[in-house]
Amino acid sequence: MKRYLKICMAAMIISGLLLSGCGKKEKQDPDSTSQSGVMKVGMVSDLGGVMDQSFNESAWEGLLRAQNELGIKIGYLESNNNSDYGPNLESLTDAGNSLIWSIGFMMGDAALEAAKANPEQKYGIVDMAYGNNTPPNLISVLFKSEQASFLVGYIAGRMTKTNKVGFIGGIKGFIIDSFDYGFHAGVNYANADVKILRQYVESFSDAAKGKSIANQMYQQGADIVFHASGPVGDGVIEAAKEKSKWAIGVDKDQNSLAPDNVLTSAIKRVDNAIFNIVSDLQKGKFAGGATVVYGLKEGGVDIAPSSDKHVPKEILSEVAELKTKIIRKEIVIPYNAKTYEKFYIAKQ
Amino acid sequence: MSIKAKLTNWSNSAKRYLDNTFVFTLIAIFIGLITGAIILAFAGFNPFESYWAMAVGIFSKPKYIIYTIIKATPIIITGYSVAFAFRTGLFNIGAEGQFIVGGIVAALAGYFLHLPPVIHAMVAFALAVGAAAAWGAAAGYLKARFGVHEVISTIMLNWIALYLSNYLVMSPAVKRAESEATHKILATARIDLFGVWKVSEQGMAWRMENRFFHDLLKPDINIGIIVAILLGVMIFLILKKTTLGYELRAVGFNKDAAENGGINVNRSFMSSMAIAGGLAGAAGALQVLGVSLECVNLSNMEGYGFDGIAVALIGGNTPAGCFLSGLLFGALKYGGGKLQSMMGAPREIISIVIGTILFFTAMPKLIRYFTSRINQKREEK
Repeated sequence: MKRYLKICMAAMIISGLLLSGCGKKEKQDPDSTSQSGVMKVGMVSDLGGVMDQSFNESAWEGLLRAQNELGIKIGYLESNNNSDYGPNLESLTDAGNSLIWSIGFMMGDAALEAAKANPEQKYGIVDMAYGNNTPPNLISVLFKSEQASFLVGYIAGRMTKTNKVGFIGGIKGFIIDSFDYGFHAGVNYANADVKILRQYVESFSDAAKGKSIANQMYQQGADIVFHASGPVGDGVIEAAKEKSKWAIGVDKDQNSLAPDNVLTSAIKRVDNAIFNIVSDLQKGKFAGGATVVYGLKEGGVDIAPSSDKHVPKEILSEVAELKTKIIRKEIVIPYNAKTYEKFYIAKQ
Repeated sequence: MSIKAKLTNWSNSAKRYLDNTFVFTLIAIFIGLITGAIILAFAGFNPFESYWAMAVGIFSKPKYIIYTIIKATPIIITGYSVAFAFRTGLFNIGAEGQFIVGGIVAALAGYFLHLPPVIHAMVAFALAVGAAAAWGAAAGYLKARFGVHEVISTIMLNWIALYLSNYLVMSPAVKRAESEATHKILATARIDLFGVWKVSEQGMAWRMENRFFHDLLKPDINIGIIVAILLGVMIFLILKKTTLGYELRAVGFNKDAAENGGINVNRSFMSSMAIAGGLAGAAGALQVLGVSLECVNLSNMEGYGFDGIAVALIGGNTPAGCFLSGLLFGALKYGGGKLQSMMGAPREIISIVIGTILFFTAMPKLIRYFTSRINQKREEK
């Protein structure tokens, strides 16, 4: 009996000593990191987590690139539920980061509150805009997702054999609207006879529901389904795989999820945007209070590089032509119901 | 005194020392932390630095302690819920579902009712507790009337609660536009302190001048922890000082003997589950009224109720024990995030660390079993 006790006591004393010794050493550390000149940048992911195969992962890739090329220190915190956003942002603020990213519009309120509460701390947010209310220490990044959606819509419109395609959105809102109407415009531009089925999952996490909606669309005769729904899309792509139909991915090149069934992806280069802003910050530039918009022109959106696997060359060259037209503003892509109507009338 | 006698004496006092549950639990937590350290070292992180980062992240500033308490409050109360049921011989796995029911009812009452401040919060809280108590009592009724084991029925009721809540959250009247959540509850129903004022313009201006309070005001300070303490006292009194508590505990010790002694066992199942359900519902209500201010569409269970099982286990099924173990658990969860931000350890490692600590915390009985076996053998010799 006493042997157990002795071992326990000894272990306690030893580790106590070690811990206290460790404490002394560490105490000088917090200041030395900020003095050493190495910039630290952190990000808080939304509920999807850092490895979500979507824009959180893309954001993290941007930071990884910054770590490799710019020699900065990076870190992340994942959120398990909505009430984690505030504490996570606060933790990173205290960790001495030069810039803290919030990923996704779900974090809009938390990021705004944090930026107001810590005027000395620089923040960035992806997919959210506050217009004139943006605090001077917050930079918001928007993507012209409608441009990439238009291009994949064009591909879908040209390639459909059943003259029926589908659109699955996450939660209706200004972000997903831009995907929705961009895609509609693209399909319509390619072939006005194609019918588009449209449904919202009302979730960004319920992959099972995404799958069942996709299955329904395929049963109704659609042969290509585009999803703009984050992790819900895993279910959509799974349905395409099982039914051997086409799915179009979003945010990242999702071809790797189902190499034979993901036709193309409307990619949002969150990584580029994050890398550029971090790189600017390292040079001392920070456009706080502004909303930066990334479109085709800025390399912020595009179709996935893997598109050449399944999309015929002639369609791809048409897409390339469209791209230059969009960049030259010869075609202005609609991003909501109102602009779509205008686009539609102009086309007639 | 001979040396041998001295040693036996020492050994006896050591045995008594080890028989103390509290000491046992402390040792178990310590072993758990060491195991966690080994795994951290295997994963390539300096365990001492990691634990230090956690400790600094939990204790070094008053606001961190507040964050920890906020994190701990709901699991302390779901811990009570599980512990209460345990004491009366029932295994309440349904705390998760009861928590969800309490949360959604509080969110609905907080938005749709229009009442003066304080009263609104109290009404929302009472409705939530009532609904969750009914949810818990349903499992008790199924056991009393049809003999359905409460483990089975509460697990099933968890899923019913989850999807019922999701259905309500996503219904057009309840859902807030451009979100997966309900409308935020009205200011009159909120139980957080200074919540509205601290983000207002005057509040902000004042905070900029009083940096210490500025920092303190960052967490969503709310009265949840006070309610948790009151509930703990209440459970203690119910169990120890009332006839109802006596009956419930009697059923917990031995159902047949209790029945023989004239206690209505079926009724006691229902009242026990109702109280346990009400407690878990209180946790959900406090979380909504004080922290999240809304209910979200859940793709999976959030785990507050399941954490409560662990909290009750560590806390030895007593209110005071649950309170302490809930704080420990809250600290580990909050400190775990610090591990991620300061050390770059992925979330999975933190889960392993927490899991190991739990595993070893559940060990005292096993350790005690082994020590008693060893003692037995010695005596045989």
